[in-house]
Amino acid sequence: MKDRTASYKAIDRISNVAADSLKCINCGVCSSSCPSGRHTSLNIRRLIKNAAKNIDILTNKELWMCTTCYNCQERCPRSIDIVDMLLDIRAISVQCGSLLPEHRKTCMMLLEHGHAVPISEGCKSKRKELGMEEHPETVHKYKEGLEEVRTLLLACGFERLVGKKNNPPGDNTL
Amino acid sequence: MKGLSLFLGCLVPNRYPGIELATKLCLAKLDIDLEELKGASCCPAPGVFRSFDKEMWLTLASRNIVLSEQMQRDMLTICNGCFSTLADANRAIKKSEMTKQKTNKILKQIGKEVKGDIEIRHIIEYLYKEIGPEKIALHVETKLKIRVAVHYGCHLIKPTRDRDLGSFERPVFFDQLVTALGATSIEYTDKMACCGAGGGVRSSMREKSLAMTEAKLSYIREADVDCIINSCPFCHMQFDSGQEEINEHMKAQYNIPVLHYTQFLGLALGFPAQMLGIDTTIKKNRRLVEKIAADED
Repeated sequence: MKDRTASYKAIDRISNVAADSLKCINCGVCSSSCPSGRHTSLNIRRLIKNAAKNIDILTNKELWMCTTCYNCQERCPRSIDIVDMLLDIRAISVQCGSLLPEHRKTCMMLLEHGHAVPISEGCKSKRKELGMEEHPETVHKYKEGLEEVRTLLLACGFERLVGKKNNPPGDNTL
Repeated sequence: MKGLSLFLGCLVPNRYPGIELATKLCLAKLDIDLEELKGASCCPAPGVFRSFDKEMWLTLASRNIVLSEQMQRDMLTICNGCFSTLADANRAIKKSEMTKQKTNKILKQIGKEVKGDIEIRHIIEYLYKEIGPEKIALHVETKLKIRVAVHYGCHLIKPTRDRDLGSFERPVFFDQLVTALGATSIEYTDKMACCGAGGGVRSSMREKSLAMTEAKLSYIREADVDCIINSCPFCHMQFDSGQEEINEHMKAQYNIPVLHYTQFLGLALGFPAQMLGIDTTIKKNRRLVEKIAADED
């Protein structure tokens, strides 16, 4: 029963964030402007046009093929904020447990180091060669800063979100 | 106008420290008031973290903004991703009292409060708007008479409604900063196209991401340039490491030097390549450095 509620909620939330997709006139300027679409299966027009209609979008891999370059949004003659909408749908997808394994790793880096890309041994020696301090003036050097970051991540429930097992909402559609 | 604090982000200090050093050297030489920002974290990266959890994204970004507010300085970014996150978060805080209060409720746990009283800048738009290409040209000690492919990157200029830098279709401001140093900016096919790295695509779908990069590199190679100049360490990495990855996996032979604008500016202001982290042991960059030195003689 709990899953069903979650699923209902997800549908409602998608409908809310994707309401503007109803303005789409299928002109295709978005997909013809999309650099990813030339090399991947991403069809941004179809994805956005159908966003509010089907909860399957939450497990659609195309959601993650967008580089967020904003070409589509810039050129949309109906002024649909396509990328902003896509980002909102991505967030719902992640909350429903569809975080990609590679992205989970990036999240673990943030939780552990306060950086998506923490410093490497190779870079430490590069810094020394350049006459720089081994550790930059970031949370890498200021540990109390790292503690602050961790406190905030905890307060936002980020650890819980990242730890969530994959549980595609498509499996419990009604 | 306020002085600046330098926001480093992740890739610059942790992968390309030469860009960090080049930024500090150039700004000192141009007599721009810049101080270190102490204890900042990941911005956090817009393509991934904003996609996962907007509240967390806004909260961490706000913590970074507070650090600069406490210094009463505007924040300077040298990465399009950091610029995107911090400028967008800063705008959200300034625009909505409710968003600000909600964020401050969480920030209270670490004894911080975001006020929304500074600006977020990107080095390219800052140099263009506050100094200008003509004035920068006056500081040039070594004219860089080479052919350059300028890569703007996406989030420096888009979404245009929030960036105040004009249309993204054919911008010229970055090109003008490059030509001010004596170089020629070469037009090439799909100049405004994405590098292929953003949105979490590089990390989760490397091959697809590199296919986009390869397309762009092929047009750049056609234009027969001496190097690519970018404004973002993520694009920088995608072109730099990306060429190696493409050569390895797609059996191609790309060998185009890649420089962040601050490194290029550093060369023009008279700093030696070694000081700017333009790794002279990398074949592609050694060729560029030799060419510039030869032109000087």
